Amino acid sequence: MKACVAALALPAVLLIVSQGLVQNPADAPKPKQKESLYAEIAKAPEKARAKRNPLETDSQAVAAGRILFEQHCSECHGDSAEGGKKGPNLRAEEIQSAAPGAIFWILTNGVVRRGMPVWSKLPEPQRWQLVSYLKSLGAQPVAPPATPPSPSAPARQPTRFL
Amino acid sequence: MPLVRTALFLALLALFLPLSSRAQESPYIVTYDHYLEEPGNLEIEYFSTFGTQRAGNNFHAFWTEFEYGVTAWWTTELYLAGQTTFHDSTILTGVRWENRIRPLKREHFINPVLYVEFENKNGADKILKEGEGHDSEADFLTPNAQARREHIHEVELKLILSSNVKGWNFSENILAAKNLSNSPWEFGYAIGASRPLALKASAKRCTACPQNFAAGMELYGGLGDRYHFGVRDTAHYLAPVLAWNLPYGWTLRVSPGFGLNDNSHRFLMRWGIAREISGFGSMLAKLFGSTQ
Repeated sequence: MKACVAALALPAVLLIVSQGLVQNPADAPKPKQKESLYAEIAKAPEKARAKRNPLETDSQAVAAGRILFEQHCSECHGDSAEGGKKGPNLRAEEIQSAAPGAIFWILTNGVVRRGMPVWSKLPEPQRWQLVSYLKSLGAQPVAPPATPPSPSAPARQPTRFL
Repeated sequence: MPLVRTALFLALLALFLPLSSRAQESPYIVTYDHYLEEPGNLEIEYFSTFGTQRAGNNFHAFWTEFEYGVTAWWTTELYLAGQTTFHDSTILTGVRWENRIRPLKREHFINPVLYVEFENKNGADKILKEGEGHDSEADFLTPNAQARREHIHEVELKLILSSNVKGWNFSENILAAKNLSNSPWEFGYAIGASRPLALKASAKRCTACPQNFAAGMELYGGLGDRYHFGVRDTAHYLAPVLAWNLPYGWTLRVSPGFGLNDNSHRFLMRWGIAREISGFGSMLAKLFGSTQ
């Protein structure tokens, strides 16, 4: 019985450890990672590139895509798609000038050998909603932080429980 | 009661976790699809199986999984399993270490994944995580004290094939398992089909929207062994499956399973709760002072 409880308590310990290590603001991605995603977009086959976004005229697509982005993409690409530790800036010219079909192709296939997982687990319409959101970013500036830190204020420390 | 307290503790702990991601998990409990854990993410899962037993005591088997995405093409997983047989005892039944590797870079109509698992368990294992060989309900009649004396070291290989068609996922798993103590290779299968209840995401944040639910069906069972291959004297189950992807990376799964012949348990009630922790690898790296 003790062994069973210990086995079940282990997840709790891991959860506490993870809680104690709240992520710091993401660092800039390595240049090689940036290049690999941008280069991969260029590899999209002509047939995939020519695909049109069926939700192009859907007024809800951008809003839905934004929620999907926060849930599945912001961890690597940053909250405003400005780039994170693992994923490159999706506001970059290479992405914004890419055909919607090419972005959809990358979402579907990932860049598995370079760390980006396949996202075909999201149904096709949701991937197109993500494309709509990403393409909408070209016209938007990066949102400033809600409360800019004052120079005299101490740097924000991550919450630690351990 | 300690188990209940532990589960409650985990649930309360989740309320304070800051991550806002939402997992997008399939509803399968036995069948695997071709999706691996995202790199650096840790998923902690607890599963529970209540099983009926003819001519014996019903049981409750449970296991905890720690699933970690090492890379986008390799996921590794550790299982700890136990069971309670009513009017008998509660025991830990073993440990499993599983690895899934995606050999192809891109998505195809059929996507293969290779699965290798090492199991160190005892004869009282009842989690029914797979159907294999000539396993049958009668094997579960042995009292725990006697069954736990049997030590099993087993290697299990699976070929996972999975396709997506118009929002549906179709997955087929073919299994070959070898008890390392000079037993023949045993075989089994699992087939699953599932689909989210809605394919488009809502433009509003919601928890009970149809896109957060996925439903489907699993069929799994044994295929005999090297000397007696086929469905004769094997157990088979049909199980509807339902998953609810909740905020903060939680997923709830429920699956009532029905035995399809006299070798099968008549009824298996399974449920599971999982939580995905995004960026766990980076957090650990920071803990140990790595700047990556």
